[in-house]
Amino acid sequence: MNRDEALTIPRELFLVPALSLWRRETVRFLRQRSRVVGALGTPLVFWLLIGGGIGRSFQSPGTTETNVGSNYLQYSFPGTMALIVLFTSIFAMISVIEDRREGFMQAVVAAPVHRLAIVMGKILGSTTLAVGQALVFLLLAPLAGLPLSAGSFALSAGILVVVAVGLSGLGFVIAWPMDSTQGFHAVMNLFLIPMWLLSGALFPATGAAGWIAWLMRLNPLTYGVSAIRWGMLGAGGEAGAHGPSPAFSLMISAVFAVGMTIFAAVVVDRTRVR
Amino acid sequence: MSESPAVELDRLTHKYGDRTALDGLNLRIKRGMLFALLGPNGGGKTTLFKILATLMPPMGGTARVAGGNVVSDRRHVRGRIGIVFQKPSLDGKLTVAENIMHQGHLYGLRGGQLSRRSGPILERFGLSDRVRDRVDTLSGGLQRRVELAKALLHQPEVLILDEPSTGLDPSVRADLGLLLSELRREREVTILLTTHLMEEADECDRIGILDGGRLVAEGTSPELKSAIRGDVILATGAKPVELAARIASRFACETTIVDGAVRMERDRGHEFVPALIEAFPGEISGVSVGKPTLGDVFLHVAGHRWREAEPEANERR
Repeated sequence: MNRDEALTIPRELFLVPALSLWRRETVRFLRQRSRVVGALGTPLVFWLLIGGGIGRSFQSPGTTETNVGSNYLQYSFPGTMALIVLFTSIFAMISVIEDRREGFMQAVVAAPVHRLAIVMGKILGSTTLAVGQALVFLLLAPLAGLPLSAGSFALSAGILVVVAVGLSGLGFVIAWPMDSTQGFHAVMNLFLIPMWLLSGALFPATGAAGWIAWLMRLNPLTYGVSAIRWGMLGAGGEAGAHGPSPAFSLMISAVFAVGMTIFAAVVVDRTRVR
Repeated sequence: MSESPAVELDRLTHKYGDRTALDGLNLRIKRGMLFALLGPNGGGKTTLFKILATLMPPMGGTARVAGGNVVSDRRHVRGRIGIVFQKPSLDGKLTVAENIMHQGHLYGLRGGQLSRRSGPILERFGLSDRVRDRVDTLSGGLQRRVELAKALLHQPEVLILDEPSTGLDPSVRADLGLLLSELRREREVTILLTTHLMEEADECDRIGILDGGRLVAEGTSPELKSAIRGDVILATGAKPVELAARIASRFACETTIVDGAVRMERDRGHEFVPALIEAFPGEISGVSVGKPTLGDVFLHVAGHRWREAEPEANERR
């Protein structure tokens, strides 16, 4: 065999390894039936609960449809999409702990691969799952009585990707130094529920106590929820009035996504092997 | 190919807190060698492996592998070394072919180039009919072969293996040893393995003995053994301590007690044994004469018996 071929590995590789890691995530997902069932079932269950529960609870018995009911449904539907993206993208990062503990990752970090490519492979993997799930849920929106056009679907998909990348990056940074999945669960519960509650997904900042409103302003997911809501329902109407402006929300979400990705690559680069 | 040594260590030092894991190692390994780093667990092997594999920078001194410094030229080094980890690095949910493909992608190999490389390697390791099988379903020995195939895919100049025979059955271990020595002949590859098994080290071209973070001896197996005078004699008796002292004064030689037997090194062991038995009639219940082993070499150069310290798995960060 020709050895010269082996000598021409130039710099650190980027695209091919990143795509390969991404592909591996999706192949692994599809091979684990329970994960597929869970991933498809979650949006369905949420849709039943949100559509059948919230949609109806706020209706007064005498009327078939009231403004209160449909408005809160409009408000909570995008918030539920954010919930799906939040939990799926961050919990998918448990695989980072497993990859490191079981040994797969050691061969990856020892390869001439740019650290950012390693991070992006993992992040794109979890983003795919999270956005896929959220879009399944979004497709059910018309069945809950909410309008959905092809345009708002495409726009929402793009926004969901940005939000999911940021949250996956956050999950990566938390998961990388951990050696047990139990620890990850504990930390995530500490973070995730408050993060979701204080994101404007359930209630708007305008009515909240002063310090809560401040926490909501500092929460990156607030801007994600606001951007998702805008993507789905448009800037006008009741929903748009509650949160920060769409442009600002998108910008913060994008900065968060890029920032977390780079931060994750720095964390990988700094790490000594386990 | 460049003429630089495959591995070159210069006063390589590493500490974990107060504990010194590597204490000023100097070593050169020529290209094309099958080299064993032998030592008890806790002797610093795993630390050295991590440094050579560019996974951890050393605290002092330098290490060069395949012509590059493991810290400042780590990209260069990463492209030129193949690594077999002690823990499996395969994805059990993927097939053999998928694992190999992924590994190829990590090294920039894909498409036709990748299949031209992987085909012969899988064939060579007898894996051709298992490529579609999930790694989970393979035996431990076959998984090791996939690991090896994976590490050789990008034709590394130096192949580094960390305790390659850990967890393998003796027959599989022998098979692996054979495979490695064949590989070294077939390809221009330097193979460096760490081991705590003397039999495994004995089959390598050269051996470096690592104890307490120091390289206490280095050479071929016969060279190392020649440091020991003649034969190793073990005598057992009812009172080994007393017997050892009396043999030492009677024959003017050094005696030690190893596993309840009196041990001594003598030229012309076959002539010494009758003299020994006649000198202490009835006190010696058994005598064995043997050529020195690497265990004897270790005792000789390290100054103490082979003992396993705490596992190096504790050495995080």
